Amino acid sequence: MTAALYLCVRRSAPPLEPSMPVSVALRLPSDVTQVEDAVELMARHCFAGRRPCSRTAFRLRVALAEALSNAIVFGNQEDPTKQVTVIAELFPELIRLCVADEGLGFDPIAIPQPTDPDGLERPCGRGLFIIRNLVDQLEFNERGNAIWMTLPRC
Amino acid sequence: MGFSKTVRNGVSVVRVEGQLIVGNRHELKNLIQEGLESGERKFLIDCTQTGYIDSSGLGALVTISKKIRESGGEMRLSGLNDDLRSLFELTKLDTLFHIAPTPDKALADF
Repeated sequence: MTAALYLCVRRSAPPLEPSMPVSVALRLPSDVTQVEDAVELMARHCFAGRRPCSRTAFRLRVALAEALSNAIVFGNQEDPTKQVTVIAELFPELIRLCVADEGLGFDPIAIPQPTDPDGLERPCGRGLFIIRNLVDQLEFNERGNAIWMTLPRC
Repeated sequence: MGFSKTVRNGVSVVRVEGQLIVGNRHELKNLIQEGLESGERKFLIDCTQTGYIDSSGLGALVTISKKIRESGGEMRLSGLNDDLRSLFELTKLDTLFHIAPTPDKALADF
């Protein structure tokens, strides 16, 4: 049996300032079998009332799945006592997605290029590269245990 | 959602229905391993019904392709939509795999 997802949605009345985002938050256990459901829940909230093109929907799902996978496997080391937090800030035209784990963090500069011919048959090491190429903007906190991804909303 | 396997013209056709991601990649690996142990050598991974694939799913395809090749077999892919195809091109895995537009085309070329 898998643990239940805890979804906390702060969908305030339409913000007084158009520049203010609506916030959606989700916490999930460090369990890779929860990734698909978490992605679908967040995608549903991110695109609520919208009809994004298939490319936009694909980019968000893959980038979020990658970030969650990294947070659970490498960040939290699949430790069941640790959780992953996802926060989406929904602006009219874009989404800022944060995925944070309870791990020690990592140095994003130190990740090798996965498309070198010698490394093509490596089974891992493509996650961050894929995220970089799917999102419009990518930021990390100083510790390296939280990633911020900016994506379009339509 | 998940994987289903049929045999067509001596080729084991595995359909990926839904996602191929970190949470279910071992299921696919196990399915292929069981096939190899049963003597199957030709595999077609059909992605016609696939939503998205993450890097763990791509890694699983790399791993099983290598294992099949080392067993004297062959693995091909089919049915990638434009979004999935772009993921293979981005990671240059389109240069590693034989990718056919449809399962029928892939089977005809085996």
